[in-house]
Amino acid sequence: MFAYIVRRLALMLVTLIGISIIIFVLLRVVPGNIVDILFDAAGFVDPTDKANLEKELGLNLPIYQQYLNWIGGLLHGDLGYSYVSEKPALQEILPRIPITARLAALALLFSASIGIPLGVLSAVHQGSRLDYALRVVSLSGLSLPSFWLGLLILMASVSLFGSMPIYNPNPKTWTEALAIYAVPAMAVGFRSAALTMRITRSSMLEILRQDYIRTARAKGASEASVNYRHALKNAILPVITVIGIEAAFLIGGLIVTETVFNIPGVARFLVEALRWRDYPIVQNLVMLIAVVVVVANFTVDMLYAAIDPRIRYGD
Amino acid sequence: MRSVRALAAAALLLLPAYDVASAGEPKQGGILRVYHRDSPGSASIHEGATYSINVPFMPVFNNLVMFKQDVAQNSVESIVPDLAESWAWSSDNKKLTFKLRQGVKWHDGKPFTSADVKCTFDMLMGKSQQKFRQNPRKSWYDQVNEVTVNGDFEASFELKRPQPALLSLLASGYTPVYPCHVSPAEMRTKPVGTGPFKFVEFKANESIKLTKNPDYFKKGLPHLDGIEFTIIPNRSTAILGFVSGKFDMTFPTEVSIPLLKDVKAQAPNAVCVVEPVNVSTNIIVNSSSPPFDNIDIRRALALALDRKAFISILFEGQADIGGTMLPAPGGLWAMPKEMLESIPGYGPDINANREEARKLMQKAGYGPDKHLSVKVSTRNIPVYRDPAVILIDQMKNIYIDGELDVVDTAQWFPKVARKDYTLGLNLTGNAVDDPDQSFYENYSCGSERNYTNYCNKEIEKLFDQQSAETDKEKRKKLVWEIDKKLQEDVARPIIFHARQGSCWHPYVKGITIMVNSSYNGYRYEDVWMDK
Repeated sequence: MFAYIVRRLALMLVTLIGISIIIFVLLRVVPGNIVDILFDAAGFVDPTDKANLEKELGLNLPIYQQYLNWIGGLLHGDLGYSYVSEKPALQEILPRIPITARLAALALLFSASIGIPLGVLSAVHQGSRLDYALRVVSLSGLSLPSFWLGLLILMASVSLFGSMPIYNPNPKTWTEALAIYAVPAMAVGFRSAALTMRITRSSMLEILRQDYIRTARAKGASEASVNYRHALKNAILPVITVIGIEAAFLIGGLIVTETVFNIPGVARFLVEALRWRDYPIVQNLVMLIAVVVVVANFTVDMLYAAIDPRIRYGD
Repeated sequence: MRSVRALAAAALLLLPAYDVASAGEPKQGGILRVYHRDSPGSASIHEGATYSINVPFMPVFNNLVMFKQDVAQNSVESIVPDLAESWAWSSDNKKLTFKLRQGVKWHDGKPFTSADVKCTFDMLMGKSQQKFRQNPRKSWYDQVNEVTVNGDFEASFELKRPQPALLSLLASGYTPVYPCHVSPAEMRTKPVGTGPFKFVEFKANESIKLTKNPDYFKKGLPHLDGIEFTIIPNRSTAILGFVSGKFDMTFPTEVSIPLLKDVKAQAPNAVCVVEPVNVSTNIIVNSSSPPFDNIDIRRALALALDRKAFISILFEGQADIGGTMLPAPGGLWAMPKEMLESIPGYGPDINANREEARKLMQKAGYGPDKHLSVKVSTRNIPVYRDPAVILIDQMKNIYIDGELDVVDTAQWFPKVARKDYTLGLNLTGNAVDDPDQSFYENYSCGSERNYTNYCNKEIEKLFDQQSAETDKEKRKKLVWEIDKKLQEDVARPIIFHARQGSCWHPYVKGITIMVNSSYNGYRYEDVWMDK
């Protein structure tokens, strides 16, 4: 097990170095930089001003030098300065992390707490009206883009309640505080919940047909015990895999949701930084996301062993 | 030196544009909540070239003079004192002297003096040691030799030749006075001004907050306790926020005509206006290489345009047809209708125009069996892309097959500057409704923004002639002549001048949307809320 963990950690490091090179090079392959964008607003390019600005921002250096400067800074905890706000990148990124983390955690919680029980219900009542209804719900969740769902929610709240749950850094009541996170979390988590529901259902259906389930029933175990103690425990493994993958994919959904609900989180900030070609922000944010994804995958793999005693790493 | 204007008297003659907005005794207090369409790149007005900066930061500053904020049409007659108490032209019209207010303090407590005026304009003219990172309006001061001071409260602009338009340029929202003691870098992040509102914070992609300046030198102003701009790039969310009452006002001149209908349907009490923004949608033609080096093909292109179709499709009829200068009634310098319609391509008979265009194309070797294929380059933004699609459709009528070439924003101006395009669709905004700003920037030989490299020495002489002309009526006639010639030369065919909507809730008073510029009307010192 120990050898496996060390091997995985080494692999994580290699992956992160690879990602850092890819993102660094890709950013510079994309046409235009911050200087072009600043001059774009002015409607013309002054070559002298442009050269001065590129020099000031270090964009005139060879690309390998820029990369080494960035990685060197990163290792010393210096993430550089945002080209746009001229503030330290860390100062720009840090306050946004808890906002997105809260939203992502709520979305995952919503996804698991809705998706798993409904998936079990759907499997246990296979072929019933309830099963059909839940399958329609899960298909809708997979089909509805989260931005559209978000807008629908906003329009509905304006038309029904005359207000809308867009972000407010200083909510006046706890209900407002809950609404500004919970509603977008539901919008972005609906797709995940639908996927979780489907995976739970199919996994449960497979398990419910196993011999040991029949044995459990034969020895007089209650339906609840059969479904939740015997079946779900064994059906949950692929569900955890999916939730782990969804956690990684969530960032894509969050970009749209943060934009629609005007939440100043990391995901929307990343898109804005990309638009401005704010390299220090984009590079560091992508690295942060990469670390989160790699660690999430690692955690899921470790969870396998904890949940399923049959799995042993490194044997 | 002779005094030219008794300003207060002139100001009294001007009628406020929206009486509905200024009725009643102003109430004090309240925070005006406005959504902002995007996150500005910085807080420094002088280093920006978008009104995304002017709207939130103009209230932080003062100019020497400004356009009266409750008069919708900017003109020399609507210019009022700001940091200057008065001004006077010398007898030869080559020196403009400002007497400055005394006792004015910067928001950090330091006194405002003539040194700050000199500093600001020296930096704008590139004469000081401190430099702006970008200086997009340097050319506005091409005719200024020097800014001199006489004591702490008098500053003069010494000109190379008379330029009556200078006063209008100084009145623009783009021309605030900056403090000498604050560096350009600090002004980009924490601006210090003398204006009615102090800067509190600017969180990129989130919000901009301003608070009342209790020591504002205009007694009794501002009425509001502060202004908060919430940055919401998503238009649908922003409009819903306004409708639901989260915002008191939309971002000015940002509501499109179709969206305006939604707003009126969902918030029927909202006060909404549609005004020209002095932004023209035009065609840039690369006349330095084939096929548009052929004047016949350029003329055919101009003749093929059905401007009314553009306007009815994109603006439901609410936009204007004109030349380079903003059309009347908003614009001050527009050609008379008869003169405009005498220009090829502007006549009402589109079929006849296109017939003539087809003949020109045939003369150039093209016809029903031999179409000319061109790429129509434009920015990948709807306001650029949508008219480009209509243009491509209209060009089919004269044997030109266009292919849309959408260009990322970051690449648009570098591409245009490289002349790496055949035909492009562009938008040109004017901060001041004055020919000096428009002609020199867009059509003079060697100007950075003269994308097509149009260069006509004869016209250039007329530019200077109108610029130095102090008789307004004579100047107007010269401007018409120039504008007509520019259109006939197909220098940069103007398709239309856009209009946009702005809305606010009825309790917001004192808002005036300018009708001939979207850069100058955001001081907000006399805005108040009746609630």
